[in-house]
Amino acid sequence: MSRKQRRLTLIGGSLAVLAVAVALMLNAFRDSIVFFNSPSDVVEKHVEPGTRIRLGGLVKDGSLVRGNNLNFHFEVTDGKTEIPVAYTGVLPDLFREGQGVVAEGALDGGGVFNADTILAKHDETYMPKEVADALKKSGHWKDDYAQRAAMPIGGGSK
Amino acid sequence: MIPELGHFALMLALGLALIQGIMPIVGTRTNDPVLMSIAAPAALAQFAFIATAFAALGVSYVTSDFSVLNVYENSNTQMPLIYRLTSIWGNHEGSMMLWVSILTFFGALVAAFGTNLPVVLKANALAVQAWVAAAFELFILMTSNPFVRIPDAPFEGQDLNPILQDPGLAFHPPMLYLGYVGFSIAFSFAIAALIEGRIDAAWARWVRPWVLVAWMCLTLGIAGGSYWAYYELGWGGFWFWDPVENASLMPWLAGTALLHSAVVMEKRGALKVWTILLAILTFSLSLIGTFLVRSGVLTSVHAFAVDPRRGIFILGILIIFIGGALALYAWRAPLLKQGGLFAPISREGALVFNNLFLTTACATVFVGTLYPLALEALTGAKISVGPPFFDLTFGPLFIPLMAVMPFGPLMGWKRGDLLGAAQRLLAAAMLAALATAAAFALEHGGPVLAPFGVGVAVFVMAGAVTDIAERTLILRVPFRAAFRRALGLPRSAWGTAFAHFGIGVTLMGIVGVTAWGSERIAEIKPGASLDIAHYRVTFDGTFNRAGSNYRDVVGRFTIHRLNGELIGNMQPSRRAFPDRNMATTEAALMSRGVNQLYISIGDPNKDGSVPVRLYFKPYVLMIWLGAGIMFLGGALSLSDRRLRVGAPRPAKARVRAVPQPAE
Repeated sequence: MSRKQRRLTLIGGSLAVLAVAVALMLNAFRDSIVFFNSPSDVVEKHVEPGTRIRLGGLVKDGSLVRGNNLNFHFEVTDGKTEIPVAYTGVLPDLFREGQGVVAEGALDGGGVFNADTILAKHDETYMPKEVADALKKSGHWKDDYAQRAAMPIGGGSK
Repeated sequence: MIPELGHFALMLALGLALIQGIMPIVGTRTNDPVLMSIAAPAALAQFAFIATAFAALGVSYVTSDFSVLNVYENSNTQMPLIYRLTSIWGNHEGSMMLWVSILTFFGALVAAFGTNLPVVLKANALAVQAWVAAAFELFILMTSNPFVRIPDAPFEGQDLNPILQDPGLAFHPPMLYLGYVGFSIAFSFAIAALIEGRIDAAWARWVRPWVLVAWMCLTLGIAGGSYWAYYELGWGGFWFWDPVENASLMPWLAGTALLHSAVVMEKRGALKVWTILLAILTFSLSLIGTFLVRSGVLTSVHAFAVDPRRGIFILGILIIFIGGALALYAWRAPLLKQGGLFAPISREGALVFNNLFLTTACATVFVGTLYPLALEALTGAKISVGPPFFDLTFGPLFIPLMAVMPFGPLMGWKRGDLLGAAQRLLAAAMLAALATAAAFALEHGGPVLAPFGVGVAVFVMAGAVTDIAERTLILRVPFRAAFRRALGLPRSAWGTAFAHFGIGVTLMGIVGVTAWGSERIAEIKPGASLDIAHYRVTFDGTFNRAGSNYRDVVGRFTIHRLNGELIGNMQPSRRAFPDRNMATTEAALMSRGVNQLYISIGDPNKDGSVPVRLYFKPYVLMIWLGAGIMFLGGALSLSDRRLRVGAPRPAKARVRAVPQPAE
């Protein structure tokens, strides 16, 4: 093979691999992207039952019900709308009422959000960024959240 | 006094970095040997000052000087000494100090040991290294000064985030940074080569040891982080495709590609332009990793600070260095001459295949990691790209790479014999087929593809053994002769075999634990038991235990085989840190060969029962064992005489006497 042919082989091979990769990515993007929604978004956007989403907000005070066999029920709120959430499993270390939470799962037909994952927080002062933005949007952002959010682990010293 | 000393040393280091970044370049332009010779002593002095600053911060931590804000916020007198030390890099400011310390350390190593480098290349490379150092020193001084004082020193400090109070933290960040920052050397040499406008095969020989060191450290750093997440976060996952993990995986993939393309360049003089690009990209990905992790665009345990000024500053550094480097590349790379010819079926061809798949896999990780950020910036929609995306893209690209890997070392340079290589791999392939069949027969459940994954892993391992067997002619010549041949093999050949074997081991662990791991989550009362895999786990009850700055609620579990044989007991706990009003999960692990039993507990209920997560993790230890073997392979390769001695003297003399055009 001449230099030119070899180079063409190389370029052709690279493009083929790249094309495969792009195809894989597009396919994966179609199936595996999860959108973040606040409780109000869920209502306003009419999120279909069965669609996987991330639901973020505050765990409503007094809403946590501990059932048998690690079944938990609580409500996630952004101050305007509440969505009941059901979860089976061990709650993360820093799951508290009145604090931010992100749950991943899907709505069932009855409007209950079945979470299979509750995202763990790493720090007691940490507010998930998505939750903070959602609260700001719904006008229920309080300044002490801001202070908390501004000082995660170790604190911004400024 | 000591913090001010550190602060001052940091400023002096910045001044030195500026001198080191400008004078040698002027020297190479004006052909002034005196100006060029400034680079090495400046690099050594800069390291000395940065080391002084780092030591000053360290002293403040060890002596618990709470008049220093950074110490007050992250340390506590109750903490054991080891965690007071690791607190230095358990926060934003300190970790940037560590970053710069390692950067200048590498610069000093080049200055001290690069005695056989061409003068111009060395001067330029050290100058580029100094630009990077200057940028980050400026960043620390402007936005992240660790030496800020508080007017009224408190008596007691806040605590380090409990989740970071772990021996893993002593080891994981420095290793990771050694890897990230180690790639800066390859970057500096690449830029230096572009500035000079010429490059030869010897360039690869000078750069390869540095890439190798960085790659080894990054391998261990990633593995260490993975193991830390596995036992500390309490849900037994070893990899989450979390953006911060991806941030460390991307430089690893690009660095692995660089390691291989540099071999082609060194041996055959080909792929020069590509290798230069990879060197730039690898360090760029390290910088992007630092940006993602440190800027606060991602919220995670690693995002210490959400000060937007910092993010913008690092973004500026990113744009200047990556953009500048790529612009320089576009401008100067055409000057570099193309290298030798080779057939597609050859060792070079195999290494190109490796590069193609590694960089493409890296690109998919890049897209998956940055797409959500880009989408949010453009449309405001918040999405998360989770493990399914990476399973569907990274997996299909990585498995073919693994399957083809054993062929590479068995092929000749220039023109390989695919059929011959296939014949020599026949035994390995049969072993792999056998393993696949055995996996089908013995393991139940799990995805249908899993036994084939085992087959590929075994093929990779057996392929590495075949490589050594072929080189030593073992089983074909008398044992003694084979042994002599084994001793005579270059260390780099052993290094290749070990590293390739290691990746097979890791793959085996990943496939095994993903496919056949089992879990049980339940609330369990004292005296009750749960069965998992071949084990019966009985809960005996809880007791309290006090530590230096925490209290444990410990659950006691007794483990029997299902046939009744007692194996031992395990004590997972809930660890409460009153200073931070925070609790962590301390999982208990029991290794059985390469398998592990894993128990973590939640807060006990009033009736004495506890929520339990119980996992059986088959083959899981192979994941990190494989990384250790890869590290060993890298070390063997590094100790190869060829790299240790560097460029042979006659060649060096020739290079100096007659400046040759590239190739």
